[in-house]
Amino acid sequence: MRLLGIVLIALVCATSTAAETLITSLSNHRVLITSNYTGTSIAVFGAIERDAQTIARATGYDVVVTVRGPRQLLTVREKQQIGPIWINREQQKFPEAPAYLSVLTSKPIEEITSVQLRQRQKIGLEAIINAPDFTNERGGGADREFREALYRLRAQEGLYLEEERGVTFLTPDIFRANIPLPATAPPGEYDVQVILFADTVILASTTTHFELVKTGFEEQIGSIARDWSLLYGLATALLAIAFGWIASVIFRRD
Amino acid sequence: MPVSVLLILGMGAAVGFISGLFGIGGGFLMTPLLIFLGIPPAVAVATQSAQIVASSTTSVLGAIRRKALDHKLGAILVAGGFIGSALGVWFFAAARRAGQLDLVIVTSYVTLFTVVGSLMLKESIREFWTKRRGGTVRLRRQAGEHASYLGWPLRMRFYRSKLYVSVIPILLLSLFIGFAGALLGIGGGFIVVPALLYIFRVPTNVVVGTSQFQIVCTTLVALILHAVMNQAVDMVLAILLIIGGVFGAQFGARIGRNLRAELFRFLLAILLLAVGLRFALELVVQPEEPFSLTIQERRQ
Repeated sequence: MRLLGIVLIALVCATSTAAETLITSLSNHRVLITSNYTGTSIAVFGAIERDAQTIARATGYDVVVTVRGPRQLLTVREKQQIGPIWINREQQKFPEAPAYLSVLTSKPIEEITSVQLRQRQKIGLEAIINAPDFTNERGGGADREFREALYRLRAQEGLYLEEERGVTFLTPDIFRANIPLPATAPPGEYDVQVILFADTVILASTTTHFELVKTGFEEQIGSIARDWSLLYGLATALLAIAFGWIASVIFRRD
Repeated sequence: MPVSVLLILGMGAAVGFISGLFGIGGGFLMTPLLIFLGIPPAVAVATQSAQIVASSTTSVLGAIRRKALDHKLGAILVAGGFIGSALGVWFFAAARRAGQLDLVIVTSYVTLFTVVGSLMLKESIREFWTKRRGGTVRLRRQAGEHASYLGWPLRMRFYRSKLYVSVIPILLLSLFIGFAGALLGIGGGFIVVPALLYIFRVPTNVVVGTSQFQIVCTTLVALILHAVMNQAVDMVLAILLIIGGVFGAQFGARIGRNLRAELFRFLLAILLLAVGLRFALELVVQPEEPFSLTIQERRQ
C-alpha cells in the first residue's frame, strides 16, 4: 500500500515536470495503393496542451516527426576494380533497416537539440543511420562509407529523407506535417513518432501507426507470384504457348 | 517497374523483326536490352524465357506441319537440355545469393558473344571471298570426313537427319545450351543451329525445326524453375514482350526471305559482336556509383 503511494507520488511528480501533453492524429491509418499510384502523402496533426500552472515557453516549441517503414535486411555492396574489370567486393549488412525513413522537423535539427541527445535518442536521419546497432559490426574503416552509400541510394529513391521545414506550426500550439510517401514505398506497417522539444529538452512524445496496403491487379499478381510460384510459372508458360500457337495460326505461311 | 509499356512493345517488335529476319529466337538481343533499360538482370533473364517459349512454339508448330522435325534427335537434345536448364537455374540462384549474378551474366554474355560473333564473322568473310574467286562453297558431307568424337560409344541412328553418331557429344551440346539458356535468358538457337549444321552435319531442312523443338522444351522448364526458385518472372512484362515479338517476327521473316545467306550471317555476326562489346564496356568502365543495395528479405 505504501509502495503504491510512493509510486503514485512519483508519477504525479513525473507528469508535473512535463507540464505539456502532446496529442497527435494521422489523417489516415490505412493508405491504399493501386497500380497507377505515383506517390501520396499523409498528414500528421498535433496539439500541445499545457496545464493551468504552466506558462508559455519563451523559446517556443519544436517538433520532430520520425516515420519508419517496415524493417528490411539490406546489403550494401561496393564495386572495386580488379585488373581491368569492376566487381562487387566488400559488403556490409544492415539487418533491421527501415524500408522507409523520413524525419520532418520544425527547424534544422542541429538547432533543436544537442548532438549527445540526438545520438542517444536516435533523433534525426544522421543519428539513426550512424547508430552503432544499425549495422552488423565490420570493424573496418570503410564503415562510414557504407552507411553514407545506404543513405545516398535510398535518398535517390525518395525513401530516406530529412526535411527541416517539414513541420509547420499553425498556431503556437498546433502543428501539422506532411509525410511524403513515394511510389517506391513498400507495403507494411509504418510507425510515426512525434517528439516535442522546448529549449533542447524532450517534453513529450507519441507514437502512432499507419498501414500501407497495395491493392489492385499488379499487387494481386505479385502476391500470387510469391505465394503460388509454381502455379504462376505454369500459368505464364501456358500463356506463352497459347500466344505462340495463336501466332502460328494467324500467320500461317504454308 | 516504372518502364513505359509502349517502349517495351516497341522493343519487342524491333527484336522480333530481327529474330524473324535471321530466323533466331532473339532472346540474346532482348535480354541485354532489358538489362540496359534498367530492369534487374534476374527479372530480365527469367521473363525473357516466356517470350522465347512463345516464339519457339510458333516455329515448332510450323516445322511439324512441314515435317521438318527429327523427333529422335529432338528428344535426345531435350534430355540433355533439361539437365542443363536445372543446373543453370540452380547456378543462377547461387550467384544471386552471393551478390555476383550481374557479374556472371555480363561476363558470360561478353565471352559467348565475342566468341560466337567472331567465329561467324570469320566464316562469313571466308565464304564471301571463296564465292568471289568463283570457288564453290562446300556444304555437303563428304565420305570419311567425320570428326573422331562422333564415333564415341553409344552410337545411334537418326533416320530423318541421316546421321549415325554417338549420343554423348549431342548430349553435351544440349547440356551446355540448356545451362547457358537458363543462365542468360537466351534460347540458344544461334549456337544450336550452327553446331548441328557444321559439327553434326544435320541436313538444313531439319535443323531449325529440331533445334526450336529443343528450345521450346528446355526454356519451358527454365521458365517454371525461375518462377519457383527465383520468383523473378514478371507476367505482365512477358505478355508485352510476346505481343511485340509476334508481330515483329512476321514482318522480319517476310523480308528475311530476300536476304542473301552470307550477307545475313555477316550482319548477324556484327550484331553479336556489338552486343558483346556493349557488355564489355559495362564491366570495364568505372561505375558512377560503386555501391549497390539489395533487399534480401522483408521483416515485419
